[in-house]
Amino acid sequence: MSEPGEVSRPAVSERPEPPHHADGEWHRLHPLTPLARGWTVVAAVLFVLTQNVSGTAAGWTATGVLLAGAVVVGLIYGLFSWWFTRYRIEEDALRLDTGVIFRRSRRVRLDRLQAVDVVRPLIARLLGLAELRLEVAGGSSSEAPLAYLSERNAQVLRATLLARAAGVRPDAPEADEQVLVRVPPDALIRSQLLSGSAIFGILLVIALISGAIGLHTPFIFIGAVPTLIALATSEFRAFSTHFDFVVAESADGLRLRHGLLEHRSQTVPPGRVQALRIVQPLLWRRWDWVKVEVNVAGYAPGGGEDGTSRTSVLLPVAPRATALGVVGRVLPGVDIDAVALVGLPVRARWVRPIGWRFAACGADERVFVSKRGRLRRELDVIAHGKVQSLRLSSGPIRRRLGLATVHLDSTPGPVKVHAPDRDAVEARRIVEAQAERDRTARRAAGPERWMTAHVQPAHIHTGPAQPAPDQVDQPPPSEPPPGPPAPSPPTPGPSAPSPPTPGPSAPVQPGPGEPAPAGAERTGFDHAD
Amino acid sequence: MGGIGAAFEPPGEQWVRVSSRLRTVRRITLLLLLLPLSVIGVVLAQAFGATVIGVVVALAAVAAGAIGWSAVERNWRAWGYAERADDLLVVRGVLTRRLVVVPYGRMQFVDVTAGPLERRFRIARVQLHTAAAATDATIPGLVPAEAARLRDRLAALGEARSAGL
Repeated sequence: MSEPGEVSRPAVSERPEPPHHADGEWHRLHPLTPLARGWTVVAAVLFVLTQNVSGTAAGWTATGVLLAGAVVVGLIYGLFSWWFTRYRIEEDALRLDTGVIFRRSRRVRLDRLQAVDVVRPLIARLLGLAELRLEVAGGSSSEAPLAYLSERNAQVLRATLLARAAGVRPDAPEADEQVLVRVPPDALIRSQLLSGSAIFGILLVIALISGAIGLHTPFIFIGAVPTLIALATSEFRAFSTHFDFVVAESADGLRLRHGLLEHRSQTVPPGRVQALRIVQPLLWRRWDWVKVEVNVAGYAPGGGEDGTSRTSVLLPVAPRATALGVVGRVLPGVDIDAVALVGLPVRARWVRPIGWRFAACGADERVFVSKRGRLRRELDVIAHGKVQSLRLSSGPIRRRLGLATVHLDSTPGPVKVHAPDRDAVEARRIVEAQAERDRTARRAAGPERWMTAHVQPAHIHTGPAQPAPDQVDQPPPSEPPPGPPAPSPPTPGPSAPSPPTPGPSAPVQPGPGEPAPAGAERTGFDHAD
Repeated sequence: MGGIGAAFEPPGEQWVRVSSRLRTVRRITLLLLLLPLSVIGVVLAQAFGATVIGVVVALAAVAAGAIGWSAVERNWRAWGYAERADDLLVVRGVLTRRLVVVPYGRMQFVDVTAGPLERRFRIARVQLHTAAAATDATIPGLVPAEAARLRDRLAALGEARSAGL
């Protein structure tokens, strides 16, 4: 693997960027890291001290000394931690060494990369810093958080890692992107006001006001304050998380950018979306708005503050047609509305008195689709070959009725694909047919390194006796393409800032700039009003 | 069972049953649970002079034991598995009947576990894990040779058919 390194060198030296990560050298995080990470500790100490301080001058002096001591100790520890944290890009992996006392050296295989996030919390934004998170299937939290890098550095490193993970030249410029949807703030606010918890909060306030007037006492409010605060906090958090939500598409996969205070920029490479769910709460139906949630392996569900709500939303709100357009990009060639769905038998109304008419499932040659819900409509989609296991279950009542529920297990996430209360024998047929479809789809599945799919389509899984797929799927990036003209010409030389994207988009300026304004026209949000 | 039976039919001739020693282990567990409880109940009732309550407790324990005894039997009969060319099928459950189909290529790792009582009776439990947390493929009550064979075969097949996520 010496060629790629040589190939990359002239281009790197030509581009006047200070950070060139592909050199295999050790790098440290940004020197301001201790400051950006330590402020929470300082704030916590400050909070505790101000709670306990007595009003005397001596008390304030003691507080000041303690605070200064805490800051100094924290800074020293932060400096040590910063000094002992270093990373480098190896051939097909990222090495990350951390720890002052307990050293830890972690190696993240890039071909197993599930997503790359650039996260910028408020303080880090003020300092011009960003955290880079590599998500790999299996961990409970982010596998290799690089906190913090300079914003520019994080962008470049992300591009480099994605290029490596995609199997193209390491110095390939960041793939161009096309903005698919941009969610306007007013639509987000309206969608949240029409959600269940907001309605509940408004009704609660109305009830409290009328109760207070009726009983001539304001104290009725006091008991409800914690509930109201919790409601307001969660609503604001959802708003802040999804503020200015932009969905863009590039050769490196979907790019999601959002956040008011903490800004997050997610990149989910092609084929990494395991399953998705289109949700329509009752009050959104009038405008035909939907929300799209996804399962991505590596985005740990509900993992504390990094929970599902932050990372597993593909679209917080959009008109259904727009959302289906985005879904069509995630699952190329899939038309969800065209999938023929089969409903439930009439006897299912004994266990599903309202919803039995609305539950249906079906499959075409690409995806399995299951929809359900009378008031809140949900539609699960999972691509064949993404199913981890199939389950069939039938409880005591459903067993008497001859009904069973089919589960198509996906990686952990908000989407739990299932087709409830089918006729039991039909359900078993669905399981068997789906097992067969998954088997076929897995055999035909593309390589983990998504760009290499364009180079060597013929070598992938030609027969039942497969050699180890990883070896097959990893041609060295410098190998000449045998087939049609490859989108990423491997010829060395400085004249190659051509984007590796094979897409139909006209060549746009490379680089991680702002999205092309032309893409904004296709947001499709205009007719939402 | 009636119509539902067809939905949980084995793919081949019949399901491979688990060892009857599983039944023994579960019955011992049941007795170990019920005996101390009933003894404590009866002794306490005697101590407080409420003989009637003591009799009721004893009868309840016997009834629970009898129900549990036959429930263990039915539950044991409900377990079954089948190895196909590309996936493993496991059925279980009396009240809630469940079937799980795990493709070998989806397997992340295989666990073989055995508690003290299970070791004493020489049975083990094989559990398959996929990338989905919901996958619930456990086969209890395998004789050690079968558990080891299954583990090795699953691991080998998993490697041969492994696929990316």
